[in-house]
Amino acid sequence: MGLTYQSTGQLTTREMFDAKSDNCDYIIALAGNPNTGKSTVFNALTGLRQHTGNWPGKTVQRAEGNYIYKSHRYRLIDLPGTYSLLSNSADEEVARDFICFARPDATIVVLDATCLERNLNLALQVMEITNKVVVCVNLIDEARRKKIQVDAAKLSERLGVPVVSTAARSNEGLPRLIELVSDVASKRVCPKPQPVSYSKDLEEAIARLEPRVRDVIGKDINPRWLTLRLLDGDTRLLQAIENHLNAGRTAPVVHGRRRDYSNGA
Amino acid sequence: MSDTITLNCLGNGSIALVKEVVAEGLTRRRLLDLGLVPGTKVEVIRRSPVGDPIAFNIRGAVIALRREVAGKVLVSPWG
Ligand SMILES: Nc1nc2c(ncn2[C@@H]2O[C@H](COP(=O)(O)OP(=O)(O)OP(=O)(O)O)[C@@H](O)[C@H]2O)c(=O)[nH]1
Ligand SMILES: [Mg+2]
Repeated sequence: MGLTYQSTGQLTTREMFDAKSDNCDYIIALAGNPNTGKSTVFNALTGLRQHTGNWPGKTVQRAEGNYIYKSHRYRLIDLPGTYSLLSNSADEEVARDFICFARPDATIVVLDATCLERNLNLALQVMEITNKVVVCVNLIDEARRKKIQVDAAKLSERLGVPVVSTAARSNEGLPRLIELVSDVASKRVCPKPQPVSYSKDLEEAIARLEPRVRDVIGKDINPRWLTLRLLDGDTRLLQAIENHLNAGRTAPVVHGRRRDYSNGA
Repeated sequence: MSDTITLNCLGNGSIALVKEVVAEGLTRRRLLDLGLVPGTKVEVIRRSPVGDPIAFNIRGAVIALRREVAGKVLVSPWG
């Protein structure tokens, strides 16, 4: 990569994602495995006042909508359902790039309460990128029917992020979800995700590489996560970073709230 | 190890435990992300008439894999 964070000044802006930050105070992403109820949560929160279209340059459907809570305006972005953020399908790149580069004020990870084991993989991957996560254990009514109990408090303690159980189709738990999202977005609550620890060899490699990654990229992208991707040989992510660096330099400035980069690089 | 076969060789309704994923690169990443780590129980839900793709139950989700990709997963039949 020829470009560095310092040479271009700033990484990226939300405007690149068309997530226009005018007319809203907070940007909230909705992530989750396919079919976990993301769109149901989305519709319940935004009251179906959604705007659908495609992601810039991709044929992946996207929906965004707004809601107001305690006189703050929230913009909700429904990300494509994925099992992972690492396998480089178009859907996964959209979800990853949004969380990584648009840096939402909070990301809601919607899990299927009836198969948490499979769903937690994505939650952990999101939590490696950002700490601003609220976990929404949805389909809790289905789980009850199958005699599955989910201890949300325990899960929250183990993950290090707020957790709420919901049945989005019947609005159960959604008021609490809105409250938790507000806590995280406004920074009243600062989640501390349990870091995923890797094998000794890998941790040694991370320890060697991470300080250098930090020097180059600053703190806008979680340096530990980026180090892991480098060790993974994830060239698509490097390409995405380079695109965003270039675009950050040439993108027209769109009015609206901008991130404060002044103490960045 | 004599009972090790690949995931694509299982018949409808049979169950197996994952021993190893022998794919490389992105295919390996994808298989691991789908939950196919050693020790995972996998059930064959249905094979399409031509035998490709094959639908599996992996950790509570029904997931279709191409025969070629399923061939990269070593399993031992269970039960
Ligand atoms: N019983 C029950 N059903 C739900 C709940 N939430 C969503 N559903 C149903 O689950 C199905 C999938 O919901 P969606 O909201 O479309 O899920 P999604 O995550 O947006 O799915 P993709 O966008 O395809 O990944 C729909 O039939 C919903 O009505 C819930 O809390 N309880
Ligand atoms: Mg949806």
